Amino acid sequence: MTSTAGTRPKEQGHNQVIRNGWLLRLSTALWRRPWARASLLLTPPLAWFLLVYVASLVVLLVTAFWTVNPFTSNIEQTWTLSNFQAIFTTPAYLSDIAQTVGMAAAVTVTDAVIAFPFAYFMARVAAPRTRTALFVAILLPLWASYLAKVYSWVLIFTNHGFLDWVVGGLGLGHPQLIYTNVAVYAVFCYLWLPFMIIPVYAALERVPSSLIEASQDLGGRTWRTTRSVLLPLVLPGIVAGSIFTFSLTLGDYITPLLIGGTSANFIGNIIYTNIGIANNVPFAAAMAVVPIVIMGIYLTIARALGAFEAL
Amino acid sequence: MQIFTRRRTAVSAVAAGFAALSFTVAACSSGSSAPAASGGTAGSGSSASQQAGTAGLTVPTANLPVLQSVGKGEGQLNLIAWEGYLDPSWVKPFEQQTGCTINAKYAGSSDEMVSLMKNGGGGQYDMVSSSGDADLRILYAGDAHPVNMSLIPAAKDFFPAFQAPSFNTVNGVHYGVSLQWGPNVLMYNTKDFTTAPTTWSVLYNSKYKGQITVPDNPIQIADAALYLEKTKASLGITDPYELTQPQFQAAVALLAGQKPLIKKYWALASEEISDFQNGNVIVGAGWPYQVSTLKAAKFPIGSTVPAEGATGWADTWMLAAKAPHPNCAYMWMQYISTPQVQAKQAVTYGETPDNAKACPYMDKLQAGSCAEYHANAPASYLASISLWKTPLATCDNGQTNCVPYADWVTAWNTQVK
Repeated sequence: MTSTAGTRPKEQGHNQVIRNGWLLRLSTALWRRPWARASLLLTPPLAWFLLVYVASLVVLLVTAFWTVNPFTSNIEQTWTLSNFQAIFTTPAYLSDIAQTVGMAAAVTVTDAVIAFPFAYFMARVAAPRTRTALFVAILLPLWASYLAKVYSWVLIFTNHGFLDWVVGGLGLGHPQLIYTNVAVYAVFCYLWLPFMIIPVYAALERVPSSLIEASQDLGGRTWRTTRSVLLPLVLPGIVAGSIFTFSLTLGDYITPLLIGGTSANFIGNIIYTNIGIANNVPFAAAMAVVPIVIMGIYLTIARALGAFEAL
Repeated sequence: MQIFTRRRTAVSAVAAGFAALSFTVAACSSGSSAPAASGGTAGSGSSASQQAGTAGLTVPTANLPVLQSVGKGEGQLNLIAWEGYLDPSWVKPFEQQTGCTINAKYAGSSDEMVSLMKNGGGGQYDMVSSSGDADLRILYAGDAHPVNMSLIPAAKDFFPAFQAPSFNTVNGVHYGVSLQWGPNVLMYNTKDFTTAPTTWSVLYNSKYKGQITVPDNPIQIADAALYLEKTKASLGITDPYELTQPQFQAAVALLAGQKPLIKKYWALASEEISDFQNGNVIVGAGWPYQVSTLKAAKFPIGSTVPAEGATGWADTWMLAAKAPHPNCAYMWMQYISTPQVQAKQAVTYGETPDNAKACPYMDKLQAGSCAEYHANAPASYLASISLWKTPLATCDNGQTNCVPYADWVTAWNTQVK
């Protein structure tokens, strides 16, 4: 340690000069050429985006036009529309798609209705300490394992489970909710609620109090102020949240698998059984195009409603 | 107004930013892990006509050289198995004897096993304990490797039916070593059924609506066909795996009518066990494994092979085409075929061993178990069980009007469920 100590500062200084000269020249060159700077900064993330996101989506779309040998399950690379034909001519798939969209819409509306007053209380009524506590309460479930949360709902809904115990104890009968779509709906609403509350909260927090006071000064009562002032200003937040509650419900298959019963056939489940179980990747790929198209339509409508105007 | 617009921009930006973040979180959490479910493919019905039995097919791996002598173990063995097939009571001694550590992957259905073998590229896994309905699909896909049976001495003591069964041996080439077989049984809660049911009709009886569970598996159509074979002679069903279109539709219609009565199509054996324990179901179709597990937990469970007979399975440890640990795989095949280990698995799981010498060892483990699982008289017992096999377009009589498996899967997903 002591023997090298004497030489080190010298070496370091020497290196520094070289590095500084090298760095200096580079930074000068980059400063003179803004396009080089920009391309140097953008190339890694852009390459990542193109390779990982775009390329995999392209592969997915291409696969959708192939087919599998029904006996050996080997993929046969012959071009065909049979997968899409099967989706759009089989009543079962069409009703499964409709059921998925209906579920996603119901979950989105429910979460929006629950989130708005909650977020309003957080943003405009609660004291800072209460607000922090509520924030933790909302974010805490996001840190817990998805599966642990879903299985805890199995325990709540199951026969002789928590719900049965409470409702039965009050003498209100025995709800048999496990393995029904009602249970799936309840769990989805619970799972995605934070994704709705946070954007709505962010939107509400930014509404200036002066606007609400102005509305009240002009004689607007609670409902009128909410409807004419608050809601239009918060709409982008609600739509931002709805994009996530909607798309997350559209793609989830684990909750229907664990909580759902005989009619819990959602788009995600069809994709899951075709990839994980049956190895019919082409059909699954064709099915995966369906939620992409639905989300495309959803975003177009959201845009037409003016949700992205301010973005 | 100008200020206000900018504020709104900020709101949206924050919302969008959080949204992007939350999306990542959600994507990660839902990608974590999920239990296996059964079910299957669909939409391939149109190409089903391509499959004209196995007549024109050859096994791509038939000429691969087989191992001539078992060398030093590689230290690892990656196995795909049915739940309950890798019990510590026989896995632990094997690991100690050979130094091969077993890495288990459990599959819930035959379709999943075919899929896992294919996606492992035949090189990720060493072996799979697949049933007769999956074996041919695996080996014709080129995912299985020929096996040198002379390296597995204990297999000489197998009952004749399992020496070279057609579901794992093609043109005299073995692709694995036969394991065990058994029936799919009718399970019932003995508190709700004070007299034991003797017929599968309880599963189609609206009296038990919302309290029935059956496997989530297209091969269930054979269970319906077997029931119709015995109860509706006019259909002329002779083999539940070889159905003409009208016979097939009758079976599918029976199952579609059963759906409103079903509480849950179970995918994993553990699901069925917990559903019986929670009282979510009181009667259903299952495997002896669930029965023995529930009995071990002192649950009032009964099981029977009803008067109509039952479907069943005959399993094989198939060798993967590109097994990374072939020496350990051969050691496993040698070990699992010995009468002692066969007896242990038979008693623990509740099935019938293929090794004829296992009987005395079974009785030693559990008095009377040899007779209970019919290990001493399989020939007569075997006749009452319709063992799983892959439904092919070519029927056994050479005609090509049978409904192939791809259509079974499509019907299960779009007409039954």
